[in-house]
Amino acid sequence: MQRFFLVKLVESAIALWVITLIVFGLTHFSGNPVGALLPDDASPEQVAFLINKLGLDQPIHIQYLRFLGNAVQGDFGLSMKWPGQSAMDVVLSRLPATLTLGGMAMLISVVIAIPLGVASATRKGTIVDSFAQGIALIGQSMPSFWLGIILIWVFAVGLGMFPTSGSGTWAHLVLPAISIAWFQISALTRLTRSAMLEVLDAEYVKLARAKGVSEPIIVWKHALRNAAVVPLTYFGVLAGSVLTGSVVIETVFSWPGLGWTAIEAIKARDFPVVQSVVIVFAVIFILANLLVDLLYAYIDPRIR
Amino acid sequence: MPISTPASAESVAPVARKRRRNFLRPGGYPALPIAILMITLIIPALFSQWLAPYGPEATNLRARLQPPVFFGGDWSHPFGTDRLGRDILSRTMHGAWYALSISVVGIFVGVVIGSSLGLIAGYFRGWWDTIIMRLVDISLALPAMLLALALAALSGPSFQSVIIVVAFVLWAYFARQVRAEVLGLRERDFVARAVVAGSSHLAILRRHILPNVVNTIVVLATLQVGIVITLEASLSFLGIGIPRPIPTWGLMVADGRQLLTSAWWVSFFPGLAILLTVLSVNLFGDWLREKIDPKSRRV
Repeated sequence: MQRFFLVKLVESAIALWVITLIVFGLTHFSGNPVGALLPDDASPEQVAFLINKLGLDQPIHIQYLRFLGNAVQGDFGLSMKWPGQSAMDVVLSRLPATLTLGGMAMLISVVIAIPLGVASATRKGTIVDSFAQGIALIGQSMPSFWLGIILIWVFAVGLGMFPTSGSGTWAHLVLPAISIAWFQISALTRLTRSAMLEVLDAEYVKLARAKGVSEPIIVWKHALRNAAVVPLTYFGVLAGSVLTGSVVIETVFSWPGLGWTAIEAIKARDFPVVQSVVIVFAVIFILANLLVDLLYAYIDPRIR
Repeated sequence: MPISTPASAESVAPVARKRRRNFLRPGGYPALPIAILMITLIIPALFSQWLAPYGPEATNLRARLQPPVFFGGDWSHPFGTDRLGRDILSRTMHGAWYALSISVVGIFVGVVIGSSLGLIAGYFRGWWDTIIMRLVDISLALPAMLLALALAALSGPSFQSVIIVVAFVLWAYFARQVRAEVLGLRERDFVARAVVAGSSHLAILRRHILPNVVNTIVVLATLQVGIVITLEASLSFLGIGIPRPIPTWGLMVADGRQLLTSAWWVSFFPGLAILLTVLSVNLFGDWLREKIDPKSRRV
């Protein structure tokens, strides 16, 4: 277990390191920042001073090490679009909004997808199964941003049940969370269904039936506990796709989280903020995957 | 109805007809309706230049925000018009061309890079294998959106950055799958005989290994088309994909966002086009996998 833990930790560290390379490359090849930072009538001495101060006259590997040193401390410079704040502060202040939305989306998808997948597996070939598979099929084909817009059109503009955009109350959370969850529901339903079908065929389920254990207990206790391992491994992928979804959906609903901030920063060419968002996203995503790997190894000792 | 035509009835084997079909199970639907759906989507895409009633940029300020045909509009603009009086139907048809061509190019680049690396890793093993598979792991561990954001910040929206993002998302899947198959293939007798006969590595890869993995590559590529179309549309919607004024579906949906209260059709039809296209390609991919590659069938 310790060895497994170490290997996973090293792998995560390498992935994060690759991200810093990409982000550094981004700054390095995005042109000379001096022109953007100084007014047009700056004197050559001022330009030389700034170049020296930013370390742009150093060889590239020294520049990278400086960047890495700052990155470890979360220092990516000052934001340009939100003046007076460091880029990392801007990003971190938006993090709770994204985590709330992402958490809500995950909750919705688990609460809907697991029962749907179980029902679909236990009633294989019935109308329930067809319904679940139809949902899965459409969910995988529907672009989330369009779903978001359709939801706004029907439930906010048409029926007036929810606000069209913005944040603040629980009502603001409903439509964006459903838009993100939709795709996850279809994937999770499919996974749960196939995992349950496999488990329901296992010897211990047959034994439990022979012993006269009631059907709900077989399904929800014996079978689901074992089948749940498969959707659990998917959780890492889920975290990634919720993050991706949040970029799109936050833009649709003007939800002031990381994704919306990233898009606004890109429009304003605010590189420090874009870098910070990318790093924070990467850290969340890599941590989520690490956690899933460890949890998986804990639940299923054969993995180690 | 396509199913009841004599031609299709003949083509269905008696055994298959007896089994109750579950139309929603992957591969559980007859091929003909999928084919018809795909063709009705692909033909306008390929020939939008000639078939579309208007040019994608043809504005008509006197026909601004015309509703679609059964919602108060008329047949001159079946899907209605947008804020500048541009015909939504024509723009959606042109959008189909961009969606399909970008996915084909992006998938091609991803397939070539991924399959080549997979061939190398599986055939030569050793260090190559270790390095390439580590890269695959890392690449799979990074959400595509991060790279898309980084590239968009760096170079602004462009065709190239969309292609790079698509290739980056796909190559690892192909590398992993191809490597796994090559590992098995290289131990087979026909490879050993080719080695004895003095064939070079390149010749063995090209003549003996590659033909055996082509099926897998084709099936995998087909299954990615839907994902890629959605990805491209999302990027264009965010303004970090294909730049304006090219009529991509994502951009058209974004354009209609502000008009939801007055002109729902501006967003609705391009989005519906994405949904139908991705749905039919997904169905086709499942069907193809069932036909060519029954081993990899999902439960």
